Amino acid sequence: MKRWDLRRVLPMIIAPIAALVLAALVSSAALLISGKDPLEAFSAMFDYAFGPNSGPDVTTEILNKATPYYLAALAVAIGFRMGLFNIGVDGQSRLGILAAGALGAASFLGVVPGPLRVVIMIIVAMAVGAAWAAVAALLKVYRGVSEVISTIMLNFIGGAIFAYLLTTERLGVKAVGGEIVSTPLLKSDSWIPGMSLFAGTANKMFGFAFVAIACGIAYWFLVGRTRFGFDLRATGLNPSAAVASGVSPKRMVIATMLLSGGVAGLVALPEVLGRDHAVTTSTPALGFTGIAIALLGRNNPVGIALAALLWAFLDVSNLPLDLLDIPKEIVTIMQGVTVLAVVVAYELAARVGRRQQQRSVGAATGEAAIVTLGIPAAIAAKLGVEAVSAPVEPPDSTAPTDPTVPGKHREEQS
Amino acid sequence: MAGAAIVALGMTACGDNGGGATPTATKKTVKVGLAYDIGGRGDKSFNDAAAAGLEKAKTDLNIEANELEAGATETEQDKYNRLKLLCQGGFNPVIAVGFVYAGVDPANGPVAKAAADCPNTKFAIIDSVVDKPNVASLVFAEEQGSYLVGAAAALKSTTGRIGFVGGCKVDLIAKFEAGYIAGAKAAKPDIKVDVNYLSTPADRCSGFNDPAKGKTAAEGLYDAGADVVYQAAGGSGVGVFQAAKAKGKKAIGVDSDQYNTVDPALKDVIITSMLKRVDTAVFDFVKSMGEDKFAAGVQVFDLKKEGVGYSTTGGFVDDIKTQLDDYKAKIIAGTITVPTKP
Repeated sequence: MKRWDLRRVLPMIIAPIAALVLAALVSSAALLISGKDPLEAFSAMFDYAFGPNSGPDVTTEILNKATPYYLAALAVAIGFRMGLFNIGVDGQSRLGILAAGALGAASFLGVVPGPLRVVIMIIVAMAVGAAWAAVAALLKVYRGVSEVISTIMLNFIGGAIFAYLLTTERLGVKAVGGEIVSTPLLKSDSWIPGMSLFAGTANKMFGFAFVAIACGIAYWFLVGRTRFGFDLRATGLNPSAAVASGVSPKRMVIATMLLSGGVAGLVALPEVLGRDHAVTTSTPALGFTGIAIALLGRNNPVGIALAALLWAFLDVSNLPLDLLDIPKEIVTIMQGVTVLAVVVAYELAARVGRRQQQRSVGAATGEAAIVTLGIPAAIAAKLGVEAVSAPVEPPDSTAPTDPTVPGKHREEQS
Repeated sequence: MAGAAIVALGMTACGDNGGGATPTATKKTVKVGLAYDIGGRGDKSFNDAAAAGLEKAKTDLNIEANELEAGATETEQDKYNRLKLLCQGGFNPVIAVGFVYAGVDPANGPVAKAAADCPNTKFAIIDSVVDKPNVASLVFAEEQGSYLVGAAAALKSTTGRIGFVGGCKVDLIAKFEAGYIAGAKAAKPDIKVDVNYLSTPADRCSGFNDPAKGKTAAEGLYDAGADVVYQAAGGSGVGVFQAAKAKGKKAIGVDSDQYNTVDPALKDVIITSMLKRVDTAVFDFVKSMGEDKFAAGVQVFDLKKEGVGYSTTGGFVDDIKTQLDDYKAKIIAGTITVPTKP
């Protein structure tokens, strides 16, 4: 069992709050410099998002915005946990959703019952996203191409393929009088109904949000509670140690990229299944947003959820700022500062935590020395430790076990 | 960008000065909300034309208005939210600048949905048709104006080859292309027209706001032998002018009279501009609202209504003005019908 060490946990809770406060201060300073009232800006944002007039509608909107953000960040986080930088979520999600949207509306699938078609769409979106990520994975494994470079480039290629396919000559159609191309409208039996959360608005929360939550739980289980997840984290923390413990790095790279790409394929599904019912050119891809949110959420499934909600809040609630003559770019400053500050704050918190831990380990070993070596109490008192009679438990078991010991990790995970 | 916006339209004395004044019956408060297309204010072209119309309304009609900008990567839902914020915030009329506000399906796009949410608010959409009882669709006969500048390009060309740069491959921009080619062929039947589009809807019509791409495309056309290039590419047009300047060739502006709106160093490459009087459309619409004369449905701004035309600023087309005006008269009279598809 993990022991909750307050001295280690507390800095980790304070860090994000401090980062948010810092971000608010920096954006307030920017507003003050440009002669605007920061309080007016923040209260306008809060009022728009949660106030009695627009609140019900806009809060739902924020949740709906956060759902694809969450999925995009999860996709990125899977890679992060083993030290892989999947910047290609953008391309993976676009190709995935295009394939799913086109197939879901295809006439030859018309006989298939709606719910089954939804399942097919989800599988296809994941498969295509994973396949696109596999290109980068294979390049890395067999040719040593950095996934940072290859995934960025694949974003452009994916975008171009998307643009090529989504035209009226190929997969796209155009509504009467419309200018914008989309895939054909999905049949209404394969729409995922929304949920009314608040009275006073017709806006509904995406039903797909539950799939996103399920993905978060699956991510937590996979990374934290399985052999695969342990190998993944071990490889991320110390690749050579992981190799020594019998982990195949090639297998891990491919499996992780496939998973990451698969989740990336889901990114646009909440909106396509729940609201737009067609893949349009404004269907979001969100690769870079996902990276920022994963960083902000520290790759933790709950942390990412909070980060996605914060990001969505900022993105949605900046709308009325223009009406008050306040540049809404202030929100972009805030998002940037928050991510930077969180990264710095967590590094500081980790250092503080480590120092605390070292201190307590030092004290514990000191105590152990007194017990086992029989150091006289007088000397012990001089050393500043209290003599104890029983051996002390190691103070912290949350750090991964030394992965250089082969076979040991299996028991540790149970 | 603008402060609060409650303003009295029409001449009215402010309440009771001395007790003798009678309140004017025509007094009407109007709050104008305007939502820009991608590129926003400062594109020196389409959006700036709308901005000019609004500015004129502000000064001439003594109204103030509020403007909201669009983001480059936003979804249709974001556009809908913007319009909804305006109409639910008491803005009336709400003007949506650009076909993107009609959405994928104009019957169910951002404007249509916002118009249904705010049935008492009057909306206007520029460049698209949205069929709702409280929406005025302000569209232009771009092909007619493009016909005239196409003729001008052909008459001014010495190489027998001219070019066209479109911002995005959509039907709207195809109207510019079709008119341009038809006009050029009418003036010089053997003229060659090279066409280059900068983007498609699938890449979010990024070609409306990418001067570097416009520059590269125009350089390609000039290198292939064209000596006049017409651009219908919004904010990317500046890149076309830069290419013309660098190559010592000529270009044709669009929407605004770009001789007046671009960087002074680029003025001399612009022989004419196809005027699309978005400013007039916006101004007239706001004015009609003030006079309580809102009319739903489609209003076409064509040559006859002076909704489109060509500019003569700079004097580069003065020598061919009679020919151009002859075409203009024939189009107005209906003896020339300009195609809308290339």
